[in-house]
Amino acid sequence: MKDRLVVDPIKCTAHGMCAELFPEWIELDDWGYPVIRSEPVPAHLRGHAMQAVRVCPAMALRLSS
Amino acid sequence: MSSRRVLAGLVPGRPMPLSHHLTVHGELPDLGLLGPGRLLADIEDSGLRGRGGAAFPTAIKAAAVAGRRRPLIVVNGSEGEPMSAKDRVLLSRAPHLVIDGAIAAAAATGAREATIVAPAPALMHVAAAVEERRAAGRLSVKLRLEESAHGYITGEESALIAHLEGRPALPRVKPPLPVERGLRGRPTLVQNVETMAQLALIARHGPAWFREEGTSDHPGTTLVTISGAVQRPGVYEVALGTPLRALASMAGGSVEPIRALLVGGYFGAWVDGDGGRLTLDDGALRRIGAGIGAGVVVALGESACPVAETARLAAWMSDESAGQCGPCIFGLEALAGLLGRFAAGRTEPGDVDRLGRWTSLVRGRSACHHPDGVARMISSAARVFGRELADHARRGPCRGCRVAPTLRTPERLVRAA
Repeated sequence: MKDRLVVDPIKCTAHGMCAELFPEWIELDDWGYPVIRSEPVPAHLRGHAMQAVRVCPAMALRLSS
Repeated sequence: MSSRRVLAGLVPGRPMPLSHHLTVHGELPDLGLLGPGRLLADIEDSGLRGRGGAAFPTAIKAAAVAGRRRPLIVVNGSEGEPMSAKDRVLLSRAPHLVIDGAIAAAAATGAREATIVAPAPALMHVAAAVEERRAAGRLSVKLRLEESAHGYITGEESALIAHLEGRPALPRVKPPLPVERGLRGRPTLVQNVETMAQLALIARHGPAWFREEGTSDHPGTTLVTISGAVQRPGVYEVALGTPLRALASMAGGSVEPIRALLVGGYFGAWVDGDGGRLTLDDGALRRIGAGIGAGVVVALGESACPVAETARLAAWMSDESAGQCGPCIFGLEALAGLLGRFAAGRTEPGDVDRLGRWTSLVRGRSACHHPDGVARMISSAARVFGRELADHARRGPCRGCRVAPTLRTPERLVRAA
């Protein structure tokens, strides 16, 4: 099941929208890049995760198994 | 303590000729006759681990490639580690052993083609050895020779493959791993030059012989490049599991009391004093947060300043970032700046906490392990040089800060991108 939120570090350019949309799971480091929890996103937060994936301007986020 | 296997029979000042190579090591057995399965099993039983830095079991990578269509072999002699010389020593002095390794790796995996990648001066010797073999009718695989790219990270597997494909030598995000999708999209086994030389000996003498040296978890011998405050810096072959303390004596003894050893390479770790009873094998070193890396051991003398050395190293490693991933670009730059403040005695409130926080923050968040290695090196410096760091923060530069650097930080010839 694709339930882990991962970032492509090469694509990511620190827009930071993911952390704004999904603060339960993503925080930004001192330089504005996302630090993402590595465990599976629980079912009740999947909607937030998918939204974070959709809005990333760099298309750097995805859900992965 | 010194046991010569891959360095056996070297001729002073020139490559070992084919005839001499055969006298010293004997013929490579007919691997076609042996069958790929048998050689793969031998590699697994030997417990051979990669000698390029990660000490990853060679059998796992080889088996991953052997199960796939039209695999390729890449012999990695990039050796971007400034304090390492073992790969170019092997390539320029025992090129036939490395070629044998490539042939063995091809036989074990069903590959028909191998590429040897190295800096031009070493590659020249390999080219001469290949010609010698062609003339003698002793070349069973298609061998390509390619010049490596300049830069610390260009030997990372995916960067190396990008370079071979004519693109900038930059790491990419994994998966897919090169064993799945490597050079020209084909499954590719990338192994370090020394790993190949060891493989050439396993193909000849078998796994039981290989395990006569080393530890059960990390068998065999390994090449170490010993430098710094020792009488005779150079490349030595030692059994894995050799006490670190014995290495300086092997290199003629130390020229002054040793403050610390940098073990592994620039992505490695500082170890206190002469290493004491700690042994040179990946398991033992990992238990203290270090690793065998590329077999680099630099002895830092008491007259040097470990804070200045670490700060210069961090700055250089930050510069050597491929510049692709934010945590690496900005994290390493920030860490280098922070260590520079320690070295200059210009720390700001909170800098001690920042050191700990940033080294954990940059780990595991980039396409390759470059920042992880730098973080490891810096964490080890914080552990081993706590006293010196505090002294610098309080009093500024010390006498050792003016001593010529022990760690070489070569100027970057060509930017990776």
